[in-house]
Amino acid sequence: MNTLVLTINEGIDPTKPGNPVINMSIFVAFVAVTLFIVIRGGGGKNKSGEEFFAGGRNFSGAQNGLAISGDYLSAASFLGIVGAIATAGYDGFLYSIGFLVAWIVALLLVAELMRNTGKFTMADVLAFRLKAGPVRVAAAITTLAVTFFYLLAQMAGAGGLVSLLLGLGDEGMQSVVIAVVGVLMIVYVLIGGMKGTTWVQMIKAVLLIAGAAVTTIWVLALNGFDLSELLGKVVGNTGEFMVASGHDAAAMLDPGLKYGGTNWAKIDFVSLGLALVLGTAGLPHVLMRFYTVPTAKEARKSVVWAIWLIGLFYIFTLVLGYAAAYMFDPTIWAKGSGVPGGSNAAAPLVAAALGGPWMLGIMAAVAFATILAVVAGLAITAATSFSHDIYANVIKKGNIKPGAEVRVAKTTVVVIGLIAIVGGIAAKDQNIAFLVSLAFAVAASANLPTIIYSLYWRRFTTRGALWSMYGGLISALVIITFSPVVSGSPTSMLPTADFDLIPLSNPGIVSIPLGFLLGIIGTFVGKNDDDPAREAEMDVRALTGIGAEKAVAH
Amino acid sequence: MGEEIRTGEVTPGIDYIAIENSREFRHLRNTRRSFVLPVVIIGLVWYIVYVLLASWATDFMSTRVIGYVNWAVVIGLAQIVTTFAITMWYVSFANRKIDPEATRIREQIEAEMGVAK
Repeated sequence: MNTLVLTINEGIDPTKPGNPVINMSIFVAFVAVTLFIVIRGGGGKNKSGEEFFAGGRNFSGAQNGLAISGDYLSAASFLGIVGAIATAGYDGFLYSIGFLVAWIVALLLVAELMRNTGKFTMADVLAFRLKAGPVRVAAAITTLAVTFFYLLAQMAGAGGLVSLLLGLGDEGMQSVVIAVVGVLMIVYVLIGGMKGTTWVQMIKAVLLIAGAAVTTIWVLALNGFDLSELLGKVVGNTGEFMVASGHDAAAMLDPGLKYGGTNWAKIDFVSLGLALVLGTAGLPHVLMRFYTVPTAKEARKSVVWAIWLIGLFYIFTLVLGYAAAYMFDPTIWAKGSGVPGGSNAAAPLVAAALGGPWMLGIMAAVAFATILAVVAGLAITAATSFSHDIYANVIKKGNIKPGAEVRVAKTTVVVIGLIAIVGGIAAKDQNIAFLVSLAFAVAASANLPTIIYSLYWRRFTTRGALWSMYGGLISALVIITFSPVVSGSPTSMLPTADFDLIPLSNPGIVSIPLGFLLGIIGTFVGKNDDDPAREAEMDVRALTGIGAEKAVAH
Repeated sequence: MGEEIRTGEVTPGIDYIAIENSREFRHLRNTRRSFVLPVVIIGLVWYIVYVLLASWATDFMSTRVIGYVNWAVVIGLAQIVTTFAITMWYVSFANRKIDPEATRIREQIEAEMGVAK
């Protein structure tokens, strides 16, 4: 306990904050309430694809905006960014900025046109005028890859969080917790479908933003609402540690603490920045949210709502991250210090330091609901993509029995959930925002080029799309495999192996331009498989909304 | 892998090529693109300038502006503000210039479809 600065709330031990019984009671009560909502909101009405996959397309722009924020403000945004700022200082704030600026691309270039041309998935838009079979398979594969990285991060976050509540410092027990939590989440999706999930997203978005707002105002109040005073305390608390590790005393406030020094580290920072800003508009679960509203105009409104809420939230993350940096000893975030979840525990620990076990229980429950809802959204996206794109449209060539598509989707949820649990256990020591940035890199490399080209470039061909999707995906995966993320450093997934040949922790700077370039080369190498009537129809439909999928009437 | 199942019903009876080539539609498309593309590019360039400053101009970014608040924090928060500004600008543009034209063309096509049936 002597590792803690005891100015805020005496007696908080970062390895065992609060009383596990109180923590878990508040927590379980909260989870029970949300489960109830899911069963009431979504249960029994998930027979049709329109209901299970797109929530009946009946959500308003404001509702959907809240749900998008709920989807987007995942464990990575809350636990991950706060933790990244608490440990890497200013460099962690890049996540907030990149994650937000990215919405400009989604709003201006993608959202409305996607809504008008698609049905359930990203592949619907591509298959409108390209050769459907191969394009659907490719899009489903990239969707599954993005979803896998995203799920990995959420599972790792959930495990760390519950371990923190239970005060479990033991690595083996944390793995068990990840497995249990993962199974619980799978059950949740199977019951809730898209509609139940959307409701949970909305409720959770409100709670998360409100909770973060209260905590932020609390922290600011302790500092006389003076940002400079807060930053000064950060320097006061971390200065000695920074100097001892060879940095300036004020290193936490300046860019370059994590991504500084060598040119490779700086290039890695730019790589991360690119992945963050270009990933959002290629994230399948975000794209899918554009289909849950009745019109393109509502899609626009929902994105605008999302941008305001998300932007506001990211301002809070800066305050919360620096709050953790001044409240706790800077050495506790390292692996092996006994703090479950490492830097991912920063946000709940700030809550504990301010308001004791009750505040910790509530904020942890909100964070857990966040993860639960995000996992549900991701799992549904992956499942939809597999069952709608591969099973219904490629394997069965559109001849499916009623209900079969949803049944296949549910099986997919189970399979992808189990894979993510294993990955989550391997990745549990990594910062969650960092893990999610890999999902963003894959989305920006494999999905975004094809989406942009098919919406804005008439000449774009099937071969261009396939080269771009597979090229972007494979290059991103290869670079990640041979990076320090997987091997060669103590925090790697395989710390004992050593094949980190590429000194980039984010592949974006190579794989994103490659994805765009391959789309162009593929288009000009292959023959032009133009279908002028289709292209014209897609063009007219995208901009005017003629023939777009309608809402389900009730 | 030669399946030709594509999304969306091909709508017979409507000459989409003619619509696409019509003056109204081309005007709508040009209006949208000539706003959207430059604004996205400016937004992204401004962001990339920020990222490059944070990686290579660390001395400048670490310079204090007020108290402990340095340029890095100021420019970072400015990114959030410009994102809000671009959002509001686009919405006002789309409401004024895009929606009325798009609705007019859609209603025109729907009227023709009604006649064709």
